[in-house]
Amino acid sequence: MSNGKPSEEHHPMEALLRMDRIPHIWCSTCGLGTSVSAFALALEDLQYDLDKICIVSGIGCTGRVAGYVKLDSFHATHGRAIPFATGLKLANPQLKVVVFSGDGDLIAIGGNHFIHAARRNMDLTVICVNNFIYAMTGGQVAPTSPLGASCSTTPYGNYERPFNIPHLAESCGAVYVARWTALHLRRTAKSIAEAMRKPGFSVVEIICPCSTLYARRNRLGDGLELMKFYHENSIIKHGADPRDVDIDFQSPIVVGKFVDRDRPTFIDGYNRAMTAKLGEKFEPYGVAPAEVHDG
Amino acid sequence: MKADPKGVLTGEHYLDGDHACAEGGLAAGCRFFAGYPITPSTEVAERIAERFPMVGGIFIQMEDELASMCALIGASWAGAKSMSVTSGPGFSLMMENLGLAAMMETPCVLVNVQRGGPSTGLPTLPGQADMMQARWGSHGDYEIIAISPSSPQECFDFVIDAFNLSEQWRVPVLVMTDECVGHMTEKVVIPPAYEIEVVPRRYTTLPPSEYLPYRPDPDMVPQMIKAGDGYRIHTTGLTHDERGYPVMSAECQEQLVRRLVEKIRLHADQIIRFEEDEIEDADVVVVSYGISSRVAVRAIALARKEGIKVGHLRLIVVWPFPEKRIHELAKKIKAFVVVEINYGQMVYEVERCAHGQAEAILVPHGGGWVHDPADILEKIKEAAR
Ligand SMILES: Cc1ncc(C[n+]2csc(CCOP(=O)(O)OP(=O)(O)O)c2C)c(N)n1
Ligand code: SF4
Ligand SMILES: [Mg+2]
Repeated sequence: MSNGKPSEEHHPMEALLRMDRIPHIWCSTCGLGTSVSAFALALEDLQYDLDKICIVSGIGCTGRVAGYVKLDSFHATHGRAIPFATGLKLANPQLKVVVFSGDGDLIAIGGNHFIHAARRNMDLTVICVNNFIYAMTGGQVAPTSPLGASCSTTPYGNYERPFNIPHLAESCGAVYVARWTALHLRRTAKSIAEAMRKPGFSVVEIICPCSTLYARRNRLGDGLELMKFYHENSIIKHGADPRDVDIDFQSPIVVGKFVDRDRPTFIDGYNRAMTAKLGEKFEPYGVAPAEVHDG
Repeated sequence: MKADPKGVLTGEHYLDGDHACAEGGLAAGCRFFAGYPITPSTEVAERIAERFPMVGGIFIQMEDELASMCALIGASWAGAKSMSVTSGPGFSLMMENLGLAAMMETPCVLVNVQRGGPSTGLPTLPGQADMMQARWGSHGDYEIIAISPSSPQECFDFVIDAFNLSEQWRVPVLVMTDECVGHMTEKVVIPPAYEIEVVPRRYTTLPPSEYLPYRPDPDMVPQMIKAGDGYRIHTTGLTHDERGYPVMSAECQEQLVRRLVEKIRLHADQIIRFEEDEIEDADVVVVSYGISSRVAVRAIALARKEGIKVGHLRLIVVWPFPEKRIHELAKKIKAFVVVEINYGQMVYEVERCAHGQAEAILVPHGGGWVHDPADILEKIKEAAR
């Protein structure tokens, strides 16, 4: 958003957007617009009652997503979208809760919440826009910046090994993990829909280099050239071992659905354990009234 | 509205202050608790974890206090009455999101069982040195409400009051207790549910098309909704207008911050609570709160025996501070003696509000135990001279 040029294209998904907040603050060549479109397509596909879906963002360029989406939408503090979402979900398990935030927000300052929510299998869908950088604050190095990439706080190139987000998510217990790039609109949408259908902690990483700061600084060309790079260098490999999907500077990027497995969610685990221990004294938590009265 | 009998453990009990806090929360209708263990507050969480499954509540031990505080806010927006408990280091970690709760005007209750500080300090021993942090701990301008119990019975009663104040004014409310009160066991009478008054959430009756999440009522507090009700609101920690939308301007900032501050300041008389004893003829007034007020009572009795005209002002609601009352008293008396387990916090408020018309003398204590009444007596004598 740092060039301050609002994009003025007409959005096809007006029903889902707060049109009274458009134009948005993002750069016109940013992949965040596509990421939001993918989310909108996913919701269209899911046909869920939009009144029952909440979106939570942290702080950053990506963190602004919650502000543009016409759902119950919460813009929390930097790094804390997941615990905020955890509170929403646990207090009303009937809600579908989506976390839409940046790599720095979710994996650096919020990293502890990310790994614990995955471990607990909290029923949340996390959409992580990985632009390899802290964009909102002007392009500082992130724990996702590829080795060698130039960032404002690594002017001689990044020398820290980055996180591989799918591997992190998988090893901590996420039940669904996919990665796409901002180029893969339909595939991203499909994965978001699958992730939201899946009970438990699901993660969709969208590789979406910041065209203004990251690309400019690393001389990667304009938005169009970035797209071309992704088109030519994305390798779709469903079921790839997440250990093998590291991203190096300008290396090919392995995308696809990597993890799709079943584990009891936090609430399932709680209900099972308490029912076993407390029997009649315990009324299962967060079960929809219909489910209780059925049969 | 009356309390839901499901959470109310009616009867006479012997409880420590921590357990009484938990029962207060349950009686007030708290059904979401997120916390992280820390001495001397953990017993609150432990009791909640034991009791919640039977009353339809949900307890979660989070990964840290940042997460706990944030989860409270999320849960509150989903419609739950939410609460957490912590002490010193955890209180510090909660500060950023305490500010978020104030900014989003989210009802929730946070109990701080104070221990000696700074840093890890004295985990198992009392202190009262977080009082200014309670008021000013998060960055930026906001007002907060804090209440200070001095016994297990008050832990029960004041946690209910804290929930009620937080619903009425849509602010996070702090219950500032300490290790002594938290760990002392005394009789706690829990009344029947129909005798417990519970302030309901200020849910709007407007349809979504007419509702604005931050348009204030005449008392400056906006009406609330809960997630999932079809209002599709936006709320943010950024400076926002009545729609809840971010607006980066000095005008919007002025409007919002002024309201956040004034909704409490202009209603301070309705919120403030204190108790007075033997004030009428007093030359000296002891100001105290929490556990220190119980020690002060002893010192005051000793002083009276020696013929010193000394009274007692016990703060119950500590924030907002009873500015007017201190000023009134200052005009009539020689000096205030402030008893608190710290090296000077509320004493500065007393001094400020006395406007130079009475002295404010601190009886300092570094923490780890309560005052010796003899030390208080000595300051009372000094003040009366
Ligand atoms: C506690 C705290 N520390 C620092 C910041 C400053 N800050 C705002 S956004 C941001 C980084 C955002 O990076 P990322 O999450 O990757 O989002 P992006 O802007 O790249 O989409 C930082 C460090 C803050 N708002 N809060
Ligand atoms: S991520 Fe980069 S390109 Fe996108 S809005 Fe932010 S600064 Fe602009
Ligand atoms: Mg980023």
